[in-house]
Amino acid sequence: MKVNPSIIRDGIRAAWPICLGYFPIGLAFGVIAQKAGLGPWEIGLMSLLVFAGSSQFIAVSMLGSGAGFLSIVLATFAVNLRHLLMSSALALHLRGVERTWLSLFAYGVTDESFAVNLTRFRSGNWDRRRALVVNHVSNGVWVVSTIIGGFGGSFIPRGAFGIDYALIAMLLCLLVFQLRDRVHLMVAVISGIAAVAVALLLPGNAYVMIASIFAATVGLVLRKRHPATREEGK
Amino acid sequence: MTPGVEHHVLGLFVAMGAVTYIPRWLPLFYLSRKQLPQWLETWLDLIPAAILSALVTPALVIGGDPRHLDLLRPELIVAVPTFLFALKTRSLGGTVVLGMALFWLTGRIFG
Repeated sequence: MKVNPSIIRDGIRAAWPICLGYFPIGLAFGVIAQKAGLGPWEIGLMSLLVFAGSSQFIAVSMLGSGAGFLSIVLATFAVNLRHLLMSSALALHLRGVERTWLSLFAYGVTDESFAVNLTRFRSGNWDRRRALVVNHVSNGVWVVSTIIGGFGGSFIPRGAFGIDYALIAMLLCLLVFQLRDRVHLMVAVISGIAAVAVALLLPGNAYVMIASIFAATVGLVLRKRHPATREEGK
Repeated sequence: MTPGVEHHVLGLFVAMGAVTYIPRWLPLFYLSRKQLPQWLETWLDLIPAAILSALVTPALVIGGDPRHLDLLRPELIVAVPTFLFALKTRSLGGTVVLGMALFWLTGRIFG
């Protein structure tokens, strides 16, 4: 593929808000991972191989609480399964593209890169190369920021700067992004209540899967009564 | 501390990477020409809101070891302005920074 500077520039222009969001979270992740006993290069390797913020936070907290290999992998799978829908939506805009390229692009599909790329694709003023730049620039910033956090972590005392709250705040904001209409809101409320109930009844992290599947299934019924409004090109 | 990457951690990361990559890759690879059944598309559309709420709500209202309901946790109190800020600004970075700052302040005042 020939590298055209304008493609890189457009990609970076679209990606910078993502990078701005990733950098403090990556730093915070590096710090928390370092507290859980991972070295900076282990942190970087994890970010490179997994590249999924929420699941990395969860994996590290599970590692810290002594969870087993299988439960961490299953939790990762459960948390990241949502990308299935995002890739499905993106696939509509990438018809006829060669499969090796799609395989490279798939690696960088995150909540944020999906949201940015899909919005741009819908506006019509976007192509697959610029989308790929968005994915990989975001990935680069994520990997580097987590490594920096891993190095800097040893100088930051436990609980400093409210870093323990970074994950919760990020999840809250990502949740806000999902509340696009009444049914999303109702599903979120049902899922939250169900998760609390199941978490109080069962040990482990099964409550995430149980509550999510339950709430989305209830939402399917609710959606019949409140059909989705056509997507507005936000 | 050893500089080398421990084998069990490497294996874990590879497995995590694989189960993360497959759902990202499968629809792009196979679905570029197909359409999902409508009900499945609707169901999958609701999954992100459900998962994120299932992840964050217990973290706000459940205290640890043994788990119990606790509606006066600083996590929940700080979540209110953080959530409103996210609604208003839709800024991921800003929300994270604000949430951290408020949580840190709460810790200094009540801690």
